[in-house]
Amino acid sequence: MRHIISILLENEAGALSRVAGLFSARGYNIETLTVAPTEDASLSRMTIVTRGSDDVLEQITKQLNKLVDVVKVVDLSEAAHVERELMLIKVRATGKDREEMKRMADIFRGRIIDVTESTYVIELTGTSAKLDSFINALDAGLILETVRTGVSGIGRGDRILKV
Amino acid sequence: MGLAMMITGAEIVIRCLQEEKVEHVFGYPGGSVLHIYDELFKQDQIKHILVRHEQAAVHAADAYSRSSRKVGVALVTSGPGVTNAVTGIATAYMDSVPLIVLCGQVPTFYIGQDAFQECDTVGITRPCVKHNFLVKDVKDLAITLKKAFHIATTGRPGPVVVDIPKDITAEKCDFEYPKTVQMRSYNPVVKGHLGQIKKAVQLLAEAKRPVIYTGGGVILSDAADKLTQLARKLGFPVTNTLMGLGGFPATDKQNVGMLGMHGSYEANMTMHYADLILAVGARFDDRVIGNPQHFGKEPRKIIHVDIDPSSISKRVKVDVPIVGNVPDVLEEMLKLLDDGFRPDPAVADWWRQIEEWRARESLRYKQGQYIMPQYVVEKLYEVTGGDAFITSDVGQHQMFAAQYYKFDKPRRWINSGGLGTMGVGLPYAMGVCFANPDMPVACITGEGSIQMCIQELSTCKQFELPIKIINLNNGMLGMVRQWQEMFYSKRYSQSYVTSLPDFVKLAESYGHVGMKIERPEDVEPALRKAFTEHKNDLVFMDFIIDPTANVFPMVAAGKGLTEMILAEDL
Repeated sequence: MRHIISILLENEAGALSRVAGLFSARGYNIETLTVAPTEDASLSRMTIVTRGSDDVLEQITKQLNKLVDVVKVVDLSEAAHVERELMLIKVRATGKDREEMKRMADIFRGRIIDVTESTYVIELTGTSAKLDSFINALDAGLILETVRTGVSGIGRGDRILKV
Repeated sequence: MGLAMMITGAEIVIRCLQEEKVEHVFGYPGGSVLHIYDELFKQDQIKHILVRHEQAAVHAADAYSRSSRKVGVALVTSGPGVTNAVTGIATAYMDSVPLIVLCGQVPTFYIGQDAFQECDTVGITRPCVKHNFLVKDVKDLAITLKKAFHIATTGRPGPVVVDIPKDITAEKCDFEYPKTVQMRSYNPVVKGHLGQIKKAVQLLAEAKRPVIYTGGGVILSDAADKLTQLARKLGFPVTNTLMGLGGFPATDKQNVGMLGMHGSYEANMTMHYADLILAVGARFDDRVIGNPQHFGKEPRKIIHVDIDPSSISKRVKVDVPIVGNVPDVLEEMLKLLDDGFRPDPAVADWWRQIEEWRARESLRYKQGQYIMPQYVVEKLYEVTGGDAFITSDVGQHQMFAAQYYKFDKPRRWINSGGLGTMGVGLPYAMGVCFANPDMPVACITGEGSIQMCIQELSTCKQFELPIKIINLNNGMLGMVRQWQEMFYSKRYSQSYVTSLPDFVKLAESYGHVGMKIERPEDVEPALRKAFTEHKNDLVFMDFIIDPTANVFPMVAAGKGLTEMILAEDL
């Protein structure tokens, strides 16, 4: 089962490596990991996408809570939540492909944010599945480069992760 | 307020230790910690114990904690000082021992430049500490040390490393030691959930085949008295893990002995066939329950009391988890069990079954022409009246010590259970001596393990530590040899120990007393002599034992708890 774990942790040097080290030491997998400071600069918010059975997830949550730098841990996927990932994708855009790329970006509600004579950079936001679909919809030979942020997630409505 | 109030980082370190009532620091000087050593020199409240290798400093500080309620402190220099200390830190971490390790570091402006004796201390120690800190500003030093002591000693205890760059120890700032510390990210639970405790008590009353299974958490949280009260009130059988020995008196009829890979027949059978397990400060690890699938086949209920939620339902599903400080939870249980507690009548039948298992006498061994290691431990128990502090190394001798020395009190049995670190025995004995002056201390070891920290015989001489080293010398790495005999068709690959020193002469060259004992009839007189005539000496007793002796019962790795190999089967 895929899970999205949200973590509030002290924004201190080494805090990220404690979390990453925990996952590698105990053999848990990380599909994506994103981290940045919150509106309170003393705290960072991390989102980790991982896979595992219920037992493994229970251990992951408990082990994360044991880390001294970790303030709060929530499994977002336990209830209603929104998740988004951002991708920047550089594609070849010449000849008839130039118009086609523009059309594809529009269909997926992406935005072209850099243009040269032969390339576009398209910015696309959505669930990871949507980004995958976009990649699959393009001619693989035209994709020059992709970069993805990994998933960020937030609970819906009154589900608030705060100190 | 003026410059006069400002003190250096090095002085702050010492003042903080004094505020924490630290009496002993085990350490070894070096470039990065010279300022701190200079401050140590100028005071006499804290006594520094100079070891001969940093690993021993941490082991000694570790045993200092284990054998008392004080906190062990080690002080090492940067680079190799730290890497040498890592084995000690990992050992303490696996057994949840509160410990402070202060490490020198190269100056902040050299960090990351591959400076002389630089290593990434925080990175190297991160997976084997409860927490670690790198101090980057002298103003953070006092609060960091306060946090270090707080974190090490509360919740599930553990070692905390504080990495202090040399320039920080030279810089000055105002000093005030914080009285308290608040950390929003660290708030260990103390009280157990009352609803859960009530559920547990209900199960205790209904149990027909109960067992109380207790581990190191009982010792670490000083819950032995409460556990003993509870066990006697319930009248249930008690089994201790290797780390839990002494949590409930070994000589009590209710104690069915240690369980696990080398547990007694009755302990393993009782654990396996119980319909209710009350687990207290124990973690169902692989050496205790054997194969978890085999263990899981038997239907039963489990109550698990532990301060660490991640220990609960890690290897075995638990029915009633209770997260809390063990003595607090046991106290609540005692309150709920009124004085008229009557166990289910079926418990009497259960005891009859247990007595049948006990009658197998699974710890019986045959005497021969050679000294049997079991016999040495039994005689040591008699000679010391069961009241000595016993440290051990790792291997067959460790299991013999655990099986045949009957620990009635907590904190008397000091060994590396989790990490299984050979070489701890002698430095452990040193730590015990400093925490418990004037108490008899014996180190049960083997000729393999003792050589891993043998240099500490020099420290023992310097501080005149009257340790009795019980060297069970079979010329073999006994536990390795036992596995090779049983599972590798007797291919004894590298399990012999050749070119051994003459331990008697070795002890004498360090200024200690050496004895070599080769005949069974000499065992007891030699021990008596060591503990009376040589009461104040370190005595290295080299017992030449039967090289074929094996540890039984044994649950082979991957086997179920009831699939024991007994001595009588062979």
